[in-house]
Amino acid sequence: MLGLTRKDTTILLIVTVLALGAPFLLNPFPISSPLAQFNAGYPDLMQRFVIFGIFAIGFNILFGLTGYLSFGHAAFLGVGSYAGVWMFKLLGMNVIPAILASMIVAGLFSVLIGYISLRRSGIYFSILTLAFAQMSFSLAYSVLTPITGGETGLQLSLNDPRILGQSVTPDGNIPVPSLFGLEMGENTRLVISNWVFTFNVGYYFCAVILILAFYLSIRIFRSPFGLMLRAIKTNQTRLNYTGLNPKPYTLAAFVISGMYAGLAGGLMVAMDPLAGAERMFWTASGEVVLMAILGGAGTLIGPILGAGFIKYMENIVSKINETILHNWFAFLPDGLEDIVVSMVYPFIGKGWHLTLGILFMLVVIFLPGGLVEGGQRIGRIFRRKKKKETGDGSGATTVNPAE
Amino acid sequence: MSKKITRRGVLAVTAGAGAALAMPTIFDGSVWADGHSGFTNAPQGDTVTLGFNVPQTGPYADEGADELRAYELAVEHLNGGGDGGMMSTFSSKKLQGNGILGKKVEYVTGDTQTKSDAARASAKSMIEKDGAVMVTGGSSSGVAVAVQALCQEAGIIFMAGLTHSNDTTGKDKRANGFRHFFNSYMSGAALAPVLAANYGTDRKAYHLTADYNWGYTTEEAVRSSTEAMGWETVNAVKTPLASTDFSSYIAPVLNSGADVLVLNHYGGNMVNSLTNAVQFGLRDKSINNKNFEIIVPLYSRLMAKGAGANVKGIFGSTNWHWSLQDEGSKAFVKSFGTKYGFPPSQAAHTCYVQAMLYADAVERAGSFNPCAVVEALEGFEFDGMGNGPTLYRAEDHQCFKDVLVVKGKENPDSEFDLLEIVEVTPAEKVTYAADHPQFAGGQLGTCNPGA
Repeated sequence: MLGLTRKDTTILLIVTVLALGAPFLLNPFPISSPLAQFNAGYPDLMQRFVIFGIFAIGFNILFGLTGYLSFGHAAFLGVGSYAGVWMFKLLGMNVIPAILASMIVAGLFSVLIGYISLRRSGIYFSILTLAFAQMSFSLAYSVLTPITGGETGLQLSLNDPRILGQSVTPDGNIPVPSLFGLEMGENTRLVISNWVFTFNVGYYFCAVILILAFYLSIRIFRSPFGLMLRAIKTNQTRLNYTGLNPKPYTLAAFVISGMYAGLAGGLMVAMDPLAGAERMFWTASGEVVLMAILGGAGTLIGPILGAGFIKYMENIVSKINETILHNWFAFLPDGLEDIVVSMVYPFIGKGWHLTLGILFMLVVIFLPGGLVEGGQRIGRIFRRKKKKETGDGSGATTVNPAE
Repeated sequence: MSKKITRRGVLAVTAGAGAALAMPTIFDGSVWADGHSGFTNAPQGDTVTLGFNVPQTGPYADEGADELRAYELAVEHLNGGGDGGMMSTFSSKKLQGNGILGKKVEYVTGDTQTKSDAARASAKSMIEKDGAVMVTGGSSSGVAVAVQALCQEAGIIFMAGLTHSNDTTGKDKRANGFRHFFNSYMSGAALAPVLAANYGTDRKAYHLTADYNWGYTTEEAVRSSTEAMGWETVNAVKTPLASTDFSSYIAPVLNSGADVLVLNHYGGNMVNSLTNAVQFGLRDKSINNKNFEIIVPLYSRLMAKGAGANVKGIFGSTNWHWSLQDEGSKAFVKSFGTKYGFPPSQAAHTCYVQAMLYADAVERAGSFNPCAVVEALEGFEFDGMGNGPTLYRAEDHQCFKDVLVVKGKENPDSEFDLLEIVEVTPAEKVTYAADHPQFAGGQLGTCNPGA
């Protein structure tokens, strides 16, 4: 289907179902139960899952295929965001021109940085990209304050021209981002007894783009171009000896992945029209590396899982505070309750980084292929059982290792 | 379609995806509006949820922790616990200790990380997931401005925490946002007369300014008010926010002919730059036959603690200090001290007051509707909250009240007793026109009640 193999179609279908059904899948607990704390099905977080999923998919095209580890990808996300907000300020609140501008500007920026950084490989490449990203951050934070809004971030104001739209809504507020009049922030709620499911226009817009971006990345992975990128990762010297110049290929991969980052940045401001300089900080670049590795670098679906995992930790685990912990362990005797709470406390709330760090270490040590490898291992256990039961191995599909 | 995908599987998947896609279109939004009565997150049942968005990690984590303590205390008092704190001294007597409009106050907390993106994500989850009807807190102007804009979009009231930049109620003001804390202009206006009285009117000042929004507005404010009384500004140098060693910025000061150094730094920046400056022996120098002086426009007790003995004798301004002897301050210090064992910081004070003012405004408006609350707060005059008679000005949602000029204490009695109050500058001395050039360029807009 759509020029994909059977296996890839299945993956695409899985991603489609996950993306479109997220409002249900992420809200498994009824609102009155104490477990509702773990529900992640509210628009802002779902949007983040999808947007960082796109970011990670793009990063994976560079890192997973060519093996070039960029430590400055957040710069493209940030540049895309600024371009998007400027479109909102100058043109109007339609998200399409904003997102296109984000991708184009991020693309151009990545041509520039890629052209220079790709003269080196390995650790030198990583350091060069890191340096460029930090430079962009510092510029955005102070020197370029008139363009970027500095520390406060670039935001819309009532005085913006918006030549294709309106500067001020009739009721005196700043207009909100919309897709030809369909507001991104619009919600429809579905209440089924104790469950509340929120369907957000912005989320579905992002989800559709995620599916398209994911499809494109499958096509890139399976194309001769993708094969070439993998050849670069495997042995660049040998590629040189065969008379092929790998430069144009790596630069193309770099720009494509930069444009993915720009797309993610554009979507971020389409959901929330403010661009802060922090999203270009080196920790943000490091985060996408973590996402790719945690999920499984070089696999198709891995980066999306990694992105979802990290954003879940950041937004859900970080919000559990001491009071909530005391509620959970209220059934224990008083002294014991305090002990248990004080033992768990360092790992939740503001300690979520610690939990994430431990999980990351465990994954890297025991599942070098990331969460995807974990899934495959579980899948293999079940398949082996099935084989024994039927006593017929020929019907079972062969297990393909992670790319 | 390849044959390995079974007919059944495809049917199931398509049905699921189709249902998910169709759902938002089948059900009309209004049918499922679940009792929203005209504004975002109208409280249902017998509780109301407030969102406390404070820095729990990052450079201002100490202040964030103190803010959270103050909020917890405020919630306790609103729900009728503790000794009631400032509720007994507050000039408005609407609060009864039975929650807000009879609804028990509950709260959710979040971490701003002192980053505008993270702060907005945290505030959004409070609004979308937890149903918070008001968001408050924060310890930096960048965060305050970002969250304020978000609350305006979402139709939520934002009660700013510690934010000192002019922009919060200047160029970036919003109808749904309110600031109790003072600002850069007020610091400049309050400091200038005290500086003139102590250091004379023919000084040459050298500014070191943190290279971000708050630094700029503070530098501008202090410059214009000191130049107005006859000082000369020799030079103003911007320092990167991430710097920890300021020696390379301090050395040129000595050769510049300046005899006053103004440190437009806050938090860790100020602790480091002041320590560097004192270690360089600046304060023992005599230039132009005048003793070299250092000024820190915005002081906080937590900063004074960090800089230790270096703050002795250094002037600055602050919003509130626990050693104030009015009834409101005494009541607050007492109940905070009883609960936590030490006096509150100015961040804690402003946050506590903001929570109380919000609750009171809802009581007086008789509704949680943001537009009703805005109306109740605009032009509201009150007293008994530690700063003397105070006005919430309608034009820019800024509080006008007395500003404290403080000095690092020479002989502190305890680790909390680091600042002494030099002068209480009355509110009318620091009041400015709503269209003052330092605050120009923004529009309040109209209140947004959201969905």
